[in-house]
Amino acid sequence: MESTTEKLLGLISDWTGGYAGAFSIRENGSCAARRSTPHIQIEDKPDAPGLVVRVSPQAQDETVYIPACVTHGGVDDLVYNDFYIGDGARVTIVAGCGVHNDEEEEARHNGIHRFFVGKGAYVLYKEKHLAGGKGKGLRRIDPVTDAVLAEGATLEMDTLQLGGVDRTTRKTNATLAAGARLVIHESLLTEADQTATTEFSVDMNGEDSVVDLVSRSVAKGDSRQSYHSCIRGNCRCTGHSECDAILVDNGTVSAAPELYAGHIDASLIHEAAIGKIAGEQIIKLRTLGLTEEEAEAKIIEGFLKG
Amino acid sequence: MLELQNIHWSLPGGEEIVRGVDLRIEPGRLTVITGPNGGGKTSLAKLIAGLENPTEGRILMDGEDITGLDITERARRGIAYAFQQPVRFKGLTVRNLLDLAAGQQLEEHQACALLGKVGLCAKEYLDRPVDASLSGGESKRIEIATVLARTNARVLVFDEPEAGIDLWSFNSLIEAFQELKRERSGALLVISHQERILEIADRIAVVAEGRVRVSGPGVQILPTLLHEEKSALCPLGMDRKEV
Repeated sequence: MESTTEKLLGLISDWTGGYAGAFSIRENGSCAARRSTPHIQIEDKPDAPGLVVRVSPQAQDETVYIPACVTHGGVDDLVYNDFYIGDGARVTIVAGCGVHNDEEEEARHNGIHRFFVGKGAYVLYKEKHLAGGKGKGLRRIDPVTDAVLAEGATLEMDTLQLGGVDRTTRKTNATLAAGARLVIHESLLTEADQTATTEFSVDMNGEDSVVDLVSRSVAKGDSRQSYHSCIRGNCRCTGHSECDAILVDNGTVSAAPELYAGHIDASLIHEAAIGKIAGEQIIKLRTLGLTEEEAEAKIIEGFLKG
Repeated sequence: MLELQNIHWSLPGGEEIVRGVDLRIEPGRLTVITGPNGGGKTSLAKLIAGLENPTEGRILMDGEDITGLDITERARRGIAYAFQQPVRFKGLTVRNLLDLAAGQQLEEHQACALLGKVGLCAKEYLDRPVDASLSGGESKRIEIATVLARTNARVLVFDEPEAGIDLWSFNSLIEAFQELKRERSGALLVISHQERILEIADRIAVVAEGRVRVSGPGVQILPTLLHEEKSALCPLGMDRKEV
């Protein structure tokens, strides 16, 4: 692996020269290293670039790492990864993508992930995106996630984009069966002239299914963000979405939540708040000895983590 | 020692709120500023912490003129300020705020001890966000704890610390002030109407209509205040409800 890849892996995943558990590392569109374990099998996808990851029901509190790195311009990496999670399994999937570009040409990673989460299974999906490099070529990351949750399954997605990504379009689609639960916590930071688009689309088709979408974002510089969520409650179910954004400098945010209640017992809520950092928050932290810049950074850090 | 010399302050529209205040806040002592609402007490606290700048006069700290210093510089000089209306943050936890106040990452037992002093069952609160999920009383107590966390503070200013907190917590607060008097060499300044806080004051200053009406040792000033209020000769707006 290139040294740049190793640095990126350290930033986007728990890489310390190796991983405990199953893993597959993608570097500039190719597999750099891979390991399966007795309960987690990773294979090439036969009909397209990408992986098939099978997690057996025996997997309990195991972790699989599938990071992807692009280390230079002129790379357009498109990958299709399918995850089959056995009934009752409990697994953490650490994804994440790092893009480094010192060239003039665009560097892009486009990961299309499909999750088939079995009955009663639990998946924690952790995804961190970041980009850097001195080149003028754009750094793009465009993830697509399609999830199908069987009865009583839970998928928790914790996604974080910290900065440096010039363009991103993030699409997440999910279908929930009875008693299934989807929790998404997205944190997004854009700066300079970056743009970010987030689209969530969730169908709650099973009784007592639950979805909770929380998006926290910060738009700095001249960056632009747009957020669109659509939750459809087609039965007795509970849905909540929350979009909170902080504006700094000339950043702009457009939020368009959409709720569809197709059943008398569908209970759906949306909350949204967009605005600059409250002046009193800055003042409070300054009375603790922080400068205005330090206070702003702490408030943003906490906001994105929270 | 903190010294206010002929401090004046006006609202942007020109209305003068503080009209020539001279006051000395001495180290190792608890000074309480009391008086009717709207009399300029909170304005004085904000002027000391640097949230507002006087239109006239000087503020000296151990002889150094700090009038021109901003909020951050005053905080770094050792002025700690507990807001009357606590600020809420989306995302910052109680522990984050205490760490920032202390200027270091506190050990769990240290953070718990600070919260215990303001009557909060500590471990339950450490990871809670300082947001609207906290009640007014909880926010107030956490606000006070952020000032207690500043162990190097030389002037500790509390603006109506009793507001919104329950009886048990109020008793803890009185104990905390007494402990601060015993264990810290810094000056304590409390804005309060509360009789039990006035009772433990070393010095009391009565501020009304932007001026110090009377000041002196607590043992001398308090009986006069209570007598005058009872006789309705001088309604200071003191909250005399038993706590």
